[in-house]
Amino acid sequence: MPEQTLAVLTLEGVRVTVPAGTTVLAALQNAGLSPLRRSLSGEARGALCGMGSCSECRAVVDSQTVRTCLTPVRDGQNVRRLMEVNRES
Amino acid sequence: MNPEWDAIVVGAGPAGLMAALTAAQGGLRVLLLDAQPTPGGQIWRGAAAGQRGAAGDLLRDVASHPGITVLSGAEVVAAEAGKSHILTVTSSAGLTHIHAARVILATGATERFLPFDGWTLPGVVGAGGLQAMSKGGLDVRGKRVVVAGSGPLLLAVAAGLRQKGARVLAVAEQAGLPGVAAFGVAAARLPGKATEALELAAGLRGVPYWADCAVVRASGQDQLQSVTLRRGRREVTLACDYLAVGFGLMPETRVAALLGCSLDAQGAVEVNVWQATSVSGIYAAGEVCGIGGVDGALLEGFVAGCAASGQIERLRDAPRRAEIQRQFQSVLERSFALRPDRLPTPSPATIVCRCEDVRHGQLQGFTNWTAAKLQTRCGMGACQGRVCGPTTETLYGWRFTGVRAPLAPLPLSQLLAQPTVLGPP
Repeated sequence: MPEQTLAVLTLEGVRVTVPAGTTVLAALQNAGLSPLRRSLSGEARGALCGMGSCSECRAVVDSQTVRTCLTPVRDGQNVRRLMEVNRES
Repeated sequence: MNPEWDAIVVGAGPAGLMAALTAAQGGLRVLLLDAQPTPGGQIWRGAAAGQRGAAGDLLRDVASHPGITVLSGAEVVAAEAGKSHILTVTSSAGLTHIHAARVILATGATERFLPFDGWTLPGVVGAGGLQAMSKGGLDVRGKRVVVAGSGPLLLAVAAGLRQKGARVLAVAEQAGLPGVAAFGVAAARLPGKATEALELAAGLRGVPYWADCAVVRASGQDQLQSVTLRRGRREVTLACDYLAVGFGLMPETRVAALLGCSLDAQGAVEVNVWQATSVSGIYAAGEVCGIGGVDGALLEGFVAGCAASGQIERLRDAPRRAEIQRQFQSVLERSFALRPDRLPTPSPATIVCRCEDVRHGQLQGFTNWTAAKLQTRCGMGACQGRVCGPTTETLYGWRFTGVRAPLAPLPLSQLLAQPTVLGPP
């Protein structure tokens, strides 16, 4: 087995260790954090396209709203979901 | 220093990688842009440079060629054709202007999504989407997955997920068996495809393949719990963790549209035998010119790279190979043509625009995209109509006219800062 590098990040205040080279989306999903966000009318939502088109997987990583499927995990990242039912910037 | 690149290649999937390498072999200084964190595109996502096979070889050759600069995590947000073409690109380095004499578009394809009750539940994902997520690190071991929709991608997705430890309960295809069989026969005639098909079949042994099958609804409370399919007159409900659903692929033509390239009746970028578009100095290759798979994409990337760098002598064999690919592509289109009576039917309460939560019932009365958008905010959310635009074309017969800059969401800090210019080294 090749040695695997790891990244330590904080998901909703909880520290998790995940393999480097994976996405923030995968980290959220594997941690069982569902829904990923609430829609305008309060619906539960999760990732849809997995490739940066739909923006359903957006979350706040280090105080920036990003598409988590396009965001590689990095050591020290702080990730928060968009669970408020209103328009985010 | 001349800030102009000889060529920009947009998209680092098979077509873009091959185009970049070929153009660089012809002596051009090439900038290869891609939105994903690493090159490879969707089909070769996660492949490593130097690994065994075509993907590893091409990724290694591109990475080691001194004439190619690779910029990953970079998305084109604006584009202007001219004597020198100008692309505006967002990346972690901020907003950048890039000038180039030639542009090769290899932007690939996205999945077509069609709405049905429950499709917004977490757990309902794109077919290619779930494959991408799994390659990105999502653990699917032991997960119950139903794969549904249309096209040969469903089979590849099902086999891939199974290999990663998922329990694929069924593959539900809207096309009829005669179409699927015709596709299989045509594919088997192509060099290399027969082995590929056999491997795929082995990977899917024991998985039910249901042709003529429609998705009716997904059910669950805040999370997918089951999916209901219609086979003939009978409805079947399967409890599952994921419904991976996609109704074929659509050429990703947004950058091409901003540059003014003509599209054909199928919505693909129109190209001539040299992969040149209607705009001088702009070429296109791969799925953006029509859905045809990886072999066609590699060939078109090669042709575009040769044409852009004037290596005409290397193109002797290309027309014959292109003809084989074109035949394959037309069988693919016919075999999996969408059949209205096998497509999901939204109810008035079904959400069509997921960003703004606009429902089918709110949209049915409109006659065109612009009117609907102004009245309902359909297509005005985070994705800017990338999902619902094509959906409304299928559902209502509108023409989606919502492609405009910026093509990707930009942080305010980038909008306010002065863009830098990225020239060749």
